[in-house]
Amino acid sequence: MSLNDILSLLRISLHAMVPLALTAVGEIIGETAGLFNIGLEGILLMSAFVAVLGAKAGGPAVGLLVGMGTGAFVGFLFSVINTYWKGTQMVTGIGINLFAMGFVAFGLIQLGAPGFHDVPKAAELAKLRTPMGAMSPLILVALVLPFIVFWFLKRTRAGLMLKAAGEAPEAADVAGININRIRLYATTFGGLLAGLGGAYMSVAWMGLVTKDLSAGRGFISLACVVFSGLNPLLALLAAFIFGLFQGLAEWVKTLPSKPIPAQFVSMLPYIITLLVVSGAIGRVRFPKSLGEPYKRE
Amino acid sequence: MSESKRSIESRLLRGAHRTLTGLSPAVESLLAAVVGLLIGAILMYIWGFNPWKAYIALFKGAYGGSYEIASSLARATPLILTALTFSICLRSGMFNIGAEGQLFMGATASILVAYMALPAPLGQIVGLILAAIAGAAWSLVPAFLKLTRGVSEVISTIMFNWIARWLVLYLAIFILGDPNRAEKTLSIPLAARFPVMVRGTDLSYTIFVSVAFALLIYFVLWHTTVGYEVRAAGLNPTAARYGGIRNKRTMFLSFILGGIAAGLAGATITMGQPPTYAIYGGAAMPQLTNVGFDGMAVAMVGRNHPIGIIIAAVFFGGLNAGGRVMQFYGSNPVPLELVRVVMGAIVLAMSIPELIRIFPSVKKQGQELVGLFRRLTRKPVKEEQA
Repeated sequence: MSLNDILSLLRISLHAMVPLALTAVGEIIGETAGLFNIGLEGILLMSAFVAVLGAKAGGPAVGLLVGMGTGAFVGFLFSVINTYWKGTQMVTGIGINLFAMGFVAFGLIQLGAPGFHDVPKAAELAKLRTPMGAMSPLILVALVLPFIVFWFLKRTRAGLMLKAAGEAPEAADVAGININRIRLYATTFGGLLAGLGGAYMSVAWMGLVTKDLSAGRGFISLACVVFSGLNPLLALLAAFIFGLFQGLAEWVKTLPSKPIPAQFVSMLPYIITLLVVSGAIGRVRFPKSLGEPYKRE
Repeated sequence: MSESKRSIESRLLRGAHRTLTGLSPAVESLLAAVVGLLIGAILMYIWGFNPWKAYIALFKGAYGGSYEIASSLARATPLILTALTFSICLRSGMFNIGAEGQLFMGATASILVAYMALPAPLGQIVGLILAAIAGAAWSLVPAFLKLTRGVSEVISTIMFNWIARWLVLYLAIFILGDPNRAEKTLSIPLAARFPVMVRGTDLSYTIFVSVAFALLIYFVLWHTTVGYEVRAAGLNPTAARYGGIRNKRTMFLSFILGGIAAGLAGATITMGQPPTYAIYGGAAMPQLTNVGFDGMAVAMVGRNHPIGIIIAAVFFGGLNAGGRVMQFYGSNPVPLELVRVVMGAIVLAMSIPELIRIFPSVKKQGQELVGLFRRLTRKPVKEEQA
């Protein structure tokens, strides 16, 4: 493995890390406030698709914004159902995932080819030239954002209010915090970050949309969240580990000698996820009222 | 620590199989189905189709005659089983979304029958048993990880779905491949196939396997002590443990039963769906993909009750079969994928326990949200003041 190989591996890993980190950080904000969104997979997929439509209409920046908007909208819908309407969070999440699978496959057919759609070069977000090679500017966002969120959750009043809404909604309610509304903000923002992750995948990274573009990344970021115990910095670390193994899988596939069948290489990220999660659990503690709709007595 | 994790999941499942509205569960499901179809219609309208024509084509294609009903039942056959996978685990308080992977493994295991020259009834039985074992084995690891390491089954089963997908692709290409045709596995031999019931359709006798298994699960869950324990553990794990129920045992049992169901679902596809009786090794594996996920929608609408599931599966099987007709319907060809959009919307609607009460109060909620946005747009308020 030469230095060049290591650099290219690192580059792939950092690129693979971005959607996981963004989604996981968003989910951490939501879970801190007490909502558990397993519809992340669907949000990633839908925002990746809608972002391409936006990027084709108005350039990559519009694409990213539209993707974020899509994610925020789905997050908003999820939280309205599960706060004001007292829904069942798991079922809502599954519904979002199913809907996204159908919606994106349906939309791809409408765009022409069933199954995939290429993003025109002009609509792709330009990559930065760095000593390490072409890097997407969003890598920087994904590296910095967890620190900001960490500070926000630990050091600001609003962050503590989020925590209160997740840990002791009754007490927070008595203290004058509007539980439903704060959860609404949190999950909408979480959806927005997942939407950015999805838009990044299609517009800034892979340059195409397929009907299984998300490939379990929503659930891998849930695994990051579980691993991190709702600490954004640990979630970034987990996202990097998973990104590294996805990068490794991509890298092994490009080797001319093909030491392992491609199918087994593709399994690697999922196996690593399982191993990491089963090794990490035990010290993780989640907010007390995670998953419970708040009802005033 | 795994204790509190478990209670999170049972909390997240609150209301998944009980009605919180006091309405009859059937009415709730019906309402959700109507809402889902409406959302599908709106989407079709946006994309420039005529929803009315499309739904007429769909329902004619699903239930318009004996041929159509037979194909709907054929689509319902595996759905009943994958829905049971989800429901059994839900009844015991767990969220098993691994039906997809377990189905893949079951289907692959049933292909092994191709290597044995077995006479008629034996071939079918061996195929089903192999599939059931493979499905159960694939569900055992997530169950084990949950019990020993406290790994949430939501994550582990999804990871196992993806691992199964790649593993089956590998097996289909390199191990079980048909030497004469590279794109598919060996076919189930003629003697081991389930015969077709209605000539010209793909409805085979496998539907009896599905229905029998559903009835068996109904009997086990509602008429045996073990089943009572499973349901009690699902409703309130703490109370169940004080009542002397071994939660770990019920958990294992429901995972194994679920795995068997999903494995059998795989076998009904390979052994009972003409014309190929094999797995196609091409990247998509179209016969197998998404049957497990669709099963979750079926389970939800069927209210996680075996009898409800059979009815819901016939409904969703009809959507799938009718969707195939709809996509070729003359001037208004709506892609089959719309069916999954409708399914997702139905599940979303199912997740809202107060759906029925939302309609009268939607005005109030809307006003509240509009007011919220107005406040947000008027001056940029910091979150803490909200």
